[in-house]
Amino acid sequence: MPETQPAFQFADLRQQHDVAQLGMWVFIATEVLFFGGLILAYAVYRFGYPDGFASAARRTDIAIGATNTAILLTSSFLVAWAVTAARSGQGRPAGILLGVAALLGVVFLFLKCIEYHSEYVEHLVPGLNFSVSDRNPAPIGLFFAFYFVATGLHALHVIIGMIVLMFIAIQAYRGRYSSRYHAPITVAALYWHFVDVVWIFLFALIYLPGRSS
Amino acid sequence: MTEASFPQWWPPRSLVLVWGGLLVLLSLTVLCAYQPWGGLNAPIAFAIASCKALLVALVFMELRHSSALTVVFACAGFFWLGILLWLAFGDYLTREILPPAIT
Repeated sequence: MPETQPAFQFADLRQQHDVAQLGMWVFIATEVLFFGGLILAYAVYRFGYPDGFASAARRTDIAIGATNTAILLTSSFLVAWAVTAARSGQGRPAGILLGVAALLGVVFLFLKCIEYHSEYVEHLVPGLNFSVSDRNPAPIGLFFAFYFVATGLHALHVIIGMIVLMFIAIQAYRGRYSSRYHAPITVAALYWHFVDVVWIFLFALIYLPGRSS
Repeated sequence: MTEASFPQWWPPRSLVLVWGGLLVLLSLTVLCAYQPWGGLNAPIAFAIASCKALLVALVFMELRHSSALTVVFACAGFFWLGILLWLAFGDYLTREILPPAIT
């Protein structure tokens, strides 16, 4: 049965919806600073060692990186579509769209695993088996340390997002939400879009430098 | 054909357009990365990434239809991030000894 009454501290469902959304934006603000600190560290060392970072970025797999970006953008689109479907009271289609979006998250992680494996085989994992034949290997090691920390933390966010999307998808499919109350879908969608935005910047920082030289 | 003739769960045209636009921007940024533009490559990659993020925020995250309060909350994180980057670069970009030493 869809929710018809707001929680006791809210005047109506509309207010409950707005507060839930605002809460997610506060969380996203903390996440912006969380990833922002990492990106600052990257920027400082990239300014310091432009050649080392370009040479390191060339060793990443741009085909997998670009495919994964397209996958996340598409899954974000499906989630945005699910929100509009839920708003017009279409719980079932919304549930299916959220489920497909979560499955695209699985594809993303699968490709990421293939990538990690090939980096392990190429001895690019700092602290585990790092060894490259370069005049100055230290900046390359630094780049890959950033790469594994940033993509690892992002992958953790994808895993959490997938679990949340799957849960909400089942609830939506069962008709738990209505056109009046679908705040969980909107809030989960905001989180998933944010994970997408983080990847958009990581893609530009990790895969694109040094391609033209 | 009018909007009303589509099923109710059909995606709004704005979402489909933005999805297509994001994929075009992705192709564009990969294409630009291979052009020998020297110091311009990095700012172009960052500019395209920012456009993509802005499209996602405005349309997918529905900031364009949100209340002023929500927009303020959404901007807050980036405001503090701006201060972090501004002060940090004020330091690192004006140091006489750069890069920071690593061994």
